[in-house]
Amino acid sequence: MKLFQPATLPEALDILAGQRAVVPMAGATDLLVHWPTRPAEHDKPYLDLSALAELRGVRWTDRELQLGALATYWDVIADQQAVRELPLLVQAARLVGALQIQARGTWAGNIVNASPAADGVPVLMAYDASVVLQSVRGREEVPLAEFYRGYKQLRRTDDQLVVAIRVPRRSYTVQQFHKVGSRRAQAIAKVGLALTRSTEGWRVVAASMAPTIRRCPALERLLETGADLREPEALLAAIASDTSPIDDIRSSAEYRRHVMARVLFSAVRA
Amino acid sequence: MSANSAFIIHHSAFAVEFTLNGSPISVEIDATDRLLDTLRYRLGLTGTKEGCGEGECGACTVYLDGLPVNACLVPTYQVRGRRVETVESLAPARLDPLLTHGATQCGACTPGVAMTSCWIIDHPDLLATHSVRELLAGNLCRCTGYDGILDGITAAMQGRP
Repeated sequence: MKLFQPATLPEALDILAGQRAVVPMAGATDLLVHWPTRPAEHDKPYLDLSALAELRGVRWTDRELQLGALATYWDVIADQQAVRELPLLVQAARLVGALQIQARGTWAGNIVNASPAADGVPVLMAYDASVVLQSVRGREEVPLAEFYRGYKQLRRTDDQLVVAIRVPRRSYTVQQFHKVGSRRAQAIAKVGLALTRSTEGWRVVAASMAPTIRRCPALERLLETGADLREPEALLAAIASDTSPIDDIRSSAEYRRHVMARVLFSAVRA
Repeated sequence: MSANSAFIIHHSAFAVEFTLNGSPISVEIDATDRLLDTLRYRLGLTGTKEGCGEGECGACTVYLDGLPVNACLVPTYQVRGRRVETVESLAPARLDPLLTHGATQCGACTPGVAMTSCWIIDHPDLLATHSVRELLAGNLCRCTGYDGILDGITAAMQGRP
């Protein structure tokens, strides 16, 4: 294994610019799963981010919450301001694995791992978060809702590093996150749903319902128009247009569509 | 890449210094080593168990800078300069409440359960927001059920046997 251990961010960006396909490593909770049985992964070059103090922590400004690339789920769970103001972040963080994963896993890692069943990504997307990418060429900011091109396909080039996530501060009248899994903890979502409403409108974000976490424009329009929804089935047409769930080891497409309809129906009726 | 860059590149064995159970230590490792294997096979601290190897079962729970983590998912190179505590650091008397309340049977999960239990006992403030069950959710036990473990933690927090 070729391991780069930069001491500063500029050094890290130099390494990414000078080598092909170096894998940045932060909390390693995805990368090290069943590690001894995956020797092919050992041959890749890795970039250790853990010494980069400038990427640590959670910072509030007047306008936004900034999560450094090394900010963990536990950093947010322990942040009282987040509990009050952006509770979905805390709620989702508490549903990622369990304490031992929450202590190590990072929000940025959840974004770049690009699992369609991620827990952190849907709530960030429902809060209109954006991803800050940096390289020797400069800085770029991409709305999280536009960050995925397809399954595990990112709008990040090999030389770019996710350095931060920006979450705008807004007043919300609706904030909900629902995760349907096989059990309450240590589960991977069969269906996930993040829902917010602010002066910017509704945000409906689905997890485990498509090759990527994604916003659901048809459902958002339906909610914007204030349509009179009499039963969960009234949502199925919009769900069919917004998502493309599959049958897999965790659930079936049919189950996912119907559960999402019911979860969303009870969420907006409440 | 600038010629004077100070970053380190590792291809083979190198030394990592950290604090283990209160004492400074230096150990030769490979960049691919997991903390779990370093503890067990390089340092002989076999109290930390491997269960699933994927961060679910918690049998390999250790403290890293005071927080419970799965040693199977920590690259050893990342503990440089940091504080690691293993189950060997727990005073035996701390296990009394778990033993009294029948919190162990086959013992495979017990080192991890003991680590998380003691951490919960040491952080009573967390019970304002979390249940003991939620904090213990990362430690799977397939023998006793969890009631004995919960009873042991609760007793310890209330200062009873």
